[in-house]
Amino acid sequence: MSHPVAPATGSGRIRTPLPFPTAAKPAVADTQLRANLHRATRTIRAKRARVVDEVPDWEALRDAGSAIKADVQRRLPELLEQFEASATAAGATVHWARDAAEACRIVVALTRAAGADEVVKVKSMATQEIELNEALEAAGIAAYETDLAELIVQLGEDTPSHILVPAIHYNRAQIREIFQRRMSDAPADLSDEPAALAEAARVHLRRRFLSARVAVSGANFAVADTGTLVVVESEGNGRMCLTLPETLISVVGVEKLLPTFTDLEVFLQLLPRSSTGERMNPYTSMWTGVTPGDGPQDVHVVLVDNGRSAVLADPVGRPALSCIRCSACLNVCPVYERAGGHAYGSVYPGPIGAILSPQLTGVADNASLPYASTLCGACYDVCPVKINIPEILVHLRQQAPHPPAERATMRVLSWVMRSPRRWAVALRLARAGAGPLGAYRERRTGARTLRRLPWPASAWTRSRDLPLPAPQTFREWWGKQ
Amino acid sequence: MSARDEILARLRTALADSPPPVQVPRGYRRVDDRPDLIAALVDRLEDYRAVVHHGIGALPRLLGEVDRLAVPTDVPADWLAGYAGQLHRDAPPLSPAALDDLDAVLTGCAVAVADTGTIILDAGPAQGRRALTLVPDRHICVVRTDQVVGLLPEAFTRLDPRAPLTWISGPSATSDIELNRVEGVHGPRRLEVVLISPPGSSGA
Repeated sequence: MSHPVAPATGSGRIRTPLPFPTAAKPAVADTQLRANLHRATRTIRAKRARVVDEVPDWEALRDAGSAIKADVQRRLPELLEQFEASATAAGATVHWARDAAEACRIVVALTRAAGADEVVKVKSMATQEIELNEALEAAGIAAYETDLAELIVQLGEDTPSHILVPAIHYNRAQIREIFQRRMSDAPADLSDEPAALAEAARVHLRRRFLSARVAVSGANFAVADTGTLVVVESEGNGRMCLTLPETLISVVGVEKLLPTFTDLEVFLQLLPRSSTGERMNPYTSMWTGVTPGDGPQDVHVVLVDNGRSAVLADPVGRPALSCIRCSACLNVCPVYERAGGHAYGSVYPGPIGAILSPQLTGVADNASLPYASTLCGACYDVCPVKINIPEILVHLRQQAPHPPAERATMRVLSWVMRSPRRWAVALRLARAGAGPLGAYRERRTGARTLRRLPWPASAWTRSRDLPLPAPQTFREWWGKQ
Repeated sequence: MSARDEILARLRTALADSPPPVQVPRGYRRVDDRPDLIAALVDRLEDYRAVVHHGIGALPRLLGEVDRLAVPTDVPADWLAGYAGQLHRDAPPLSPAALDDLDAVLTGCAVAVADTGTIILDAGPAQGRRALTLVPDRHICVVRTDQVVGLLPEAFTRLDPRAPLTWISGPSATSDIELNRVEGVHGPRRLEVVLISPPGSSGA
């Protein structure tokens, strides 16, 4: 290879079809949705805080997790080669996919080779990202989501709105309604008790689990030195899919690598507490290639780039690849809590989505997402691997294309602010210019603010007032005292 | 160029800035200093709504409620002492449908982690293959007190990564509906843990 190959951006469901403010508008106006989101995020925030507080070495675990991931990014090519060698030696077949379409083609071909026309699926962000269900359907293969929340979303012909709790935007009454309408074997007298709804899902999927021949999963972690894959879950649907079928196909983003098996001791402490607010999730499965007589005997791993190389190419934005998809940042974000996940367009919503999606697609294709934040920093505080999300948001705002008028204005402002003398003159002029207006507004409303600016600045005053300059500066006031 | 070579080349190009080596700080706890690990384990297990029994003497009573029992082929004979129901050994391997017809499965485990209330199965002695502890609705799991460790890092020193590993923390559960925890979805709806002393020691 004499010529270096440039990192490439990704495709799939990681683009906003509408700018964030437009997409968020109906969600913010939907009082039922806001109530559902508020209740859910408040509950999970409290649970997370409680179980994190009982860990005396939490900060040391975060430091280790953050450093391990930084090390992975630095050594990603060699770790992937090591993973491939270990997994292959253990009996797995490793495939590589440049983008979403190539990953889907590989899974379709493997399913057909297994002679199956349906697959059972373990909840996976990577397969959502590459729009695998749509690709399977187009190829005449039925894909059945088996995670309860994913099942709700699939039956409701909706899309997930949260990384961890995809149906967080529904309450129990709405879920009951979806089951009664779309689940053929739902009991006629189904109540909206969570236990009854879970039981209906159990009955609905049981036969499918016992007869499935091909399963598709993602992986929470892929271990380079042993070739081990790890899936973390709660319901047992993951174990069913990973254990009973003959063929198992796992779609894994290249950033999911960990150098050594022992590194899991850090991440299996960080992940459950950060995500569901539990000390440990009910089930974790780990498998290394094929175990004769136990579980799938035909095991495949599809390693997916789909824009991750482009994220890796930006030294400031690179830590976004450390994300372990715990979704703690979603649950503390004031913007997510009000707008919900769908407003972000991508399968990765919330603060992490606001930095990951634009980097995966190229910032120009997702230019509104870095602005979907108040920069309050709550996401950084809870991130188990210490991704400095606010810093990357500001960085991406600078990368995003800006209108020529805005760029020109900022250039002038920057020239003015670079010199204290020019700045003082500018302030004096602004006070002189705004003086009568300020006095008038103060008489009328008691505050020296403007409600509305003319277009295009009207976009800024749509949700805030513009304060007018004070009659005198602090320095002037001080001089007089 | 193959997809593999192209992706690896893209990643190498992306690292053109040569990020400096990273030293991973391992200042987190590796050994638990809790005085009573067993009490901590029981507390965590019960918090997850697993049912905990003490001593091998609890087994005949528990198994007395089970009509059709699945066991791995190498289950210790003394665990089954006096069992009068239908015993299904996993040899030849029971089909998923056959497993679905049974009432319970009885196994041992490899390690139990007190800090998180986690039981780890590695397909080692008295554990059998993974499907065995997954399909039957009730899992009775015997944990020897010498298999209990405090923290996750201690568990990792005892595990073989090449074995298929199943970590179990309480019965199957979901939190997908308004974040209410509901026990019992696709995995066993009841998890019963029998804590016993290692062979050769006294008491339980």
